[in-house]
Amino acid sequence: MSTTATAPVLQSDPAARRRSILLVFACTILGAAAQLLIKVGMVHFELSVWAIVTNFPLIAGYVCLGINTVMLVLALRDGELSMLYPIIACTYVWVTLLSYALLHEKPNVYKNVGIATIVIGVGVLGRGGRK
Amino acid sequence: MTPELVRSILLVFVASIIGSFGAVFLKKGSALLNGSLLGFLNSSLILGVALYLGSSVLYAFGIKGGQLSVLYPMVSLGYIWTLLWSRLFFKEPFTQQKITGLALILLGVVFVGLGSS
Repeated sequence: MSTTATAPVLQSDPAARRRSILLVFACTILGAAAQLLIKVGMVHFELSVWAIVTNFPLIAGYVCLGINTVMLVLALRDGELSMLYPIIACTYVWVTLLSYALLHEKPNVYKNVGIATIVIGVGVLGRGGRK
Repeated sequence: MTPELVRSILLVFVASIIGSFGAVFLKKGSALLNGSLLGFLNSSLILGVALYLGSSVLYAFGIKGGQLSVLYPMVSLGYIWTLLWSRLFFKEPFTQQKITGLALILLGVVFVGLGSS
């Protein structure tokens, strides 16, 4: 059966699996940085070519997003989509923490409980498959 | 519910579906990588990136008009669609860990959304 082509590869190779998880995890840090840079860049956004090419935060944000995509694709090559994709939710954790630290947003209980729950969820996903 | 909120919810809902197909095509395209940089220019990866961009545009428009506490968690609906497509297209099994992990993540995103309103 051709249907077994994708899934079993990673179960037999824990090193590739771990590398995929770490890659997606790194993606989430880069993705959060991209979000913040784009947000900062959009503050002084102007619709002219010169303004856009000299908008350093905006360009840096999109470069981060590009690298992010390449890393995600490399991770997906060696791992299950259904296991790796939800790990991207870690982006919420970084964005929240960076907003506290850099944008001086006030921490609140809901956000703190939320990011803690996401971290536990990602931990459960990452552990999955190792019997 | 105001018409504007309904419109936002619909936009974010559609964005979550389109984005999940973006993930499917990135996964499909990743199998076509051949070690060279040009390998990244295959039709599945290009389509995947295009779907992602389309989804983020819809998402940005959706987010503008509504409460984040409702819309934020809806974005993570994309994770549920992706779980379904992974099983349908790539024969990845549902496992206890995936379902438990995903449920916790969704719950966490709901809380982050509540804290963002």
